[in-house]
Amino acid sequence: MNKQRIIFGGAVILAVSLVAALVVALVLFSIGASPLETYKTILMGPLSDVFGVTEVLVRAVPLLLVGLGIAISFRSGILNIGAEGQIQMGVLASTAVALALPGLPKGILLPLVLLAGALGGALWGGIAGWLRARLQVNEILSTVMLNYIAVQVHTFFLRGPMLDPNELETGSGTPQSMRLPEAAIMDYIVPGTRLHTGLILALVAALLVYVLLWKTTLGYRMRAAGAGAKAARYAGIPVERYLVIAMLLAGGFAGLAGAVEVTGVHHRAIEGISSGYGFAGIVVALFGMLHPGGIIPSSIFFGILLIGADMTQRSAGVPANMVLVLQGVIILAIVSAQSFLRNSYAQARLFRWWSGFKPKKGAQP
Amino acid sequence: MTAMLEPISELKLEGITKRFPGVLACDGISLQVRRGEVLALVGENGAGKTTLMNIIMGLYRPDSGSLFVNGEEVHFRTPGDAYARGIGMVHQHFMLVPNMTVAENLALGLKQLHHFMWLDIKGAARRIREVSERYELPVNPDAYIWQLSVGEQQRVELVKTLCLGARLLILDEPTSALTPQETDDLIERLQRMASELAIIFISHKLNEVKALSDRVSILRHGAVVFNGHTVNHEPAELAALMTGHEVTLPRNEGTGRPGKPLLSVKNLCVRGDRGNLVLDGLNLELRAGEILGVAGVSGNGQRELADTLAGLRAVESGEILFEGQNLANCSPRAIIDAGMGYVPEDRQTEGIVPSFSVKDNFILKDFASQQFSKLSFLRRREIDRHADQLKAGFDIRCPSTSTATGALSGGNIQKVILAREIARGPKALVAVYPTRGIDMGAQEFIHSQLLDHRRKGVGIVLISEELEEVMNLSDRIAVIYKGKILKTLPAVEATRERLGILMAGLTDTDSPPEPAASALPSAGAVHE
Ligand SMILES: Nc1ncnc2c1ncn2[C@@H]1O[C@H](COP(=O)(O)OP(=O)(O)OP(=O)(O)O)[C@@H](O)[C@H]1O
Ligand SMILES: [Mg+2]
Repeated sequence: MNKQRIIFGGAVILAVSLVAALVVALVLFSIGASPLETYKTILMGPLSDVFGVTEVLVRAVPLLLVGLGIAISFRSGILNIGAEGQIQMGVLASTAVALALPGLPKGILLPLVLLAGALGGALWGGIAGWLRARLQVNEILSTVMLNYIAVQVHTFFLRGPMLDPNELETGSGTPQSMRLPEAAIMDYIVPGTRLHTGLILALVAALLVYVLLWKTTLGYRMRAAGAGAKAARYAGIPVERYLVIAMLLAGGFAGLAGAVEVTGVHHRAIEGISSGYGFAGIVVALFGMLHPGGIIPSSIFFGILLIGADMTQRSAGVPANMVLVLQGVIILAIVSAQSFLRNSYAQARLFRWWSGFKPKKGAQP
Repeated sequence: MTAMLEPISELKLEGITKRFPGVLACDGISLQVRRGEVLALVGENGAGKTTLMNIIMGLYRPDSGSLFVNGEEVHFRTPGDAYARGIGMVHQHFMLVPNMTVAENLALGLKQLHHFMWLDIKGAARRIREVSERYELPVNPDAYIWQLSVGEQQRVELVKTLCLGARLLILDEPTSALTPQETDDLIERLQRMASELAIIFISHKLNEVKALSDRVSILRHGAVVFNGHTVNHEPAELAALMTGHEVTLPRNEGTGRPGKPLLSVKNLCVRGDRGNLVLDGLNLELRAGEILGVAGVSGNGQRELADTLAGLRAVESGEILFEGQNLANCSPRAIIDAGMGYVPEDRQTEGIVPSFSVKDNFILKDFASQQFSKLSFLRRREIDRHADQLKAGFDIRCPSTSTATGALSGGNIQKVILAREIARGPKALVAVYPTRGIDMGAQEFIHSQLLDHRRKGVGIVLISEELEEVMNLSDRIAVIYKGKILKTLPAVEATRERLGILMAGLTDTDSPPEPAASALPSAGAVHE
């Protein structure tokens, strides 16, 4: 039964992507680009050499981490749109810790830096969770507003207290922090590329989130609070508490993504470091059916799209922003397909059709 | 558009089949109903009644089989198509917008009233007055839905359906949420309307079926197993045909060994959703091993009383002493842990998480217990075993315990909740309308379960509007009126009439008014 549901979900998602791709093809066509060429570049280009593949994975890591957090919050009935701000708080917190404790050995400093990032994000997410639980402030509103605040805080620190002193002296004035001490920088997995050990961290995190949501009592509580708040309350689950916990976790994962970007890719805090991962993570999570097993491939898929978009810009002259259009269309298509995804009747029908109308066993009332 | 086609005089179904995942909901059903006739459709929970009606209304497409109106084959794709041929349905859950008036609600569904940029509300009100006069269904078009009682809303649904041009009415368990008085009233009105209309009437209360219908069809496991003329069959016989065995609702034989006091509620004051005092100095005492029936017209504080006992509503003043411990304003968890069980009124949103599987709903209160978890990891194998045991023990009809609970039929959802609450082994159980919308067989089962646990020393507060149920099961009956217990009397001294008087707020010392003649034969007929 469960396997069927996953296959069905996959099939629907695939169909949805095809529809989205068709719509975007129309757009491409109308701006005078060849849709086929563009898609070929987007999908094949990044995978044509090792470097491309590693770059895809570098993008997939933050998407995966953010997507996991989003899945936790959505499953718990709270719509976290604030990953973008949570990432930035994670960036600030991790950078601050790394720069403040340069003398520590790597085995201590790196975990500490990552933890700081997670805590920074958790704090930012937790505010929205607390506002919702205590004061019934709509979390969509609060997380979006917290995003605005986070951007300003981030900018303020990078241009003020955390600005690299070198920048002041030598002068370009680029708003960025000092380079992190070596002990706070992740190792590379494939030498000569940017692929760092954050990938392993993210994959382990995906496994942990799966275990958390489906194997533990905490996950059960959060899912119950999300799927039927009233019944959960009647059953003695303090729903509000789990909303806050869910937001702490969601923010924590986003903050961790920020810390991983700092320690793995940029090695310092820079402006625009989140580069939209916070929003793309929502698409990744939905595309992955809010399940870690789906979010892993979905994050890789969106990694391909991001890299591919850069390539089309260079080779086919199609603006990279077309990927944003594609993302938007995919969100709309998925949200529209949700009712179909939940329709177990359509699912059963598809499978009956598949198995050639064989009467299914166990068809008892 | 309605005027183009001749009015519906006959609806015929032939070989309607519909599958859901793992369930054959309708299995080659053929039925027929003509104008001037009331067809009652009865069957156990999950027999496929609602599904069949949804197929007629075009909400579901049948896998095979055909529908004929006046002998002509039709394919309905939406309820609009069905209405266009004069078929309308009143669903079990009302489909009215609470903060709109009756007329506005009608206007929502009636295209003729929608002109360019302008909505003809006056026209809607006029239509409503016409129809309500013609069928003697008094309805005020300008009243807001939220101001109306459940019975009045039911009437609005009926009027709305008729205004939309329905001449074949499908009523899916129209009486399950009504008070006995409202039920009598509705049945009487339907009897009067029946000559001009065709009616398909679904109910689990066989005395209503007996009172209203001309013919009766029984569904079992999605197939029609019996067709007959109602006059020829007694309710008890129908019950037996429906379940496959004699149904005798068990009675409380009252071994009269009162246990120690378990729960005592003292001077309880609680505010309702609108801020007024809905419980106003309520006193109640429950002993171990007794069933205390709480009877009353709905809206007199039953709901709030039950919620307060479960810790879901703040106590303004007063005490809830449970084995000497004051539970007032304790958290739901603390109250559950103290040994209280609760069967809430709204099973869909309060009793279960609909998207969770049946087995996950079984552990909704106990997932953190040692039985089902270890070091905060869920013990899936034990959960599965427990689920299979309850499924078998309570005869819950579902394809598997991994099925989403929301997809079960209403009666089976209720069984899931009862199974969970009873299997937890509570010391006291608060049950609100535990058999609402439940078939005779399941009702028999639930009643015997409640009595069983009473014998084992569980104290049960049974809140119900079914006087028959309250009188059958209770040791003592407390009548609630305007947030107070007006009187508590031993069940042996209670009669329908006496309870009726008390429920109207008159104490025994007042001279009893003429007992209103009931439109129904006594439901007691079933267990004679
Ligand atoms: N949307 C659905 N998806 C899957 N299964 C369904 C769905 N609707 C109904 N079923 C199943 O079909 C069967 C028939 O259900 P239906 O609601 O028609 O029963 P019913 O006779 O109306 O019962 P009740 O008296 O409890 O209302 C049940 O086994 C139910 O679980
Ligand atoms: Mg039904």
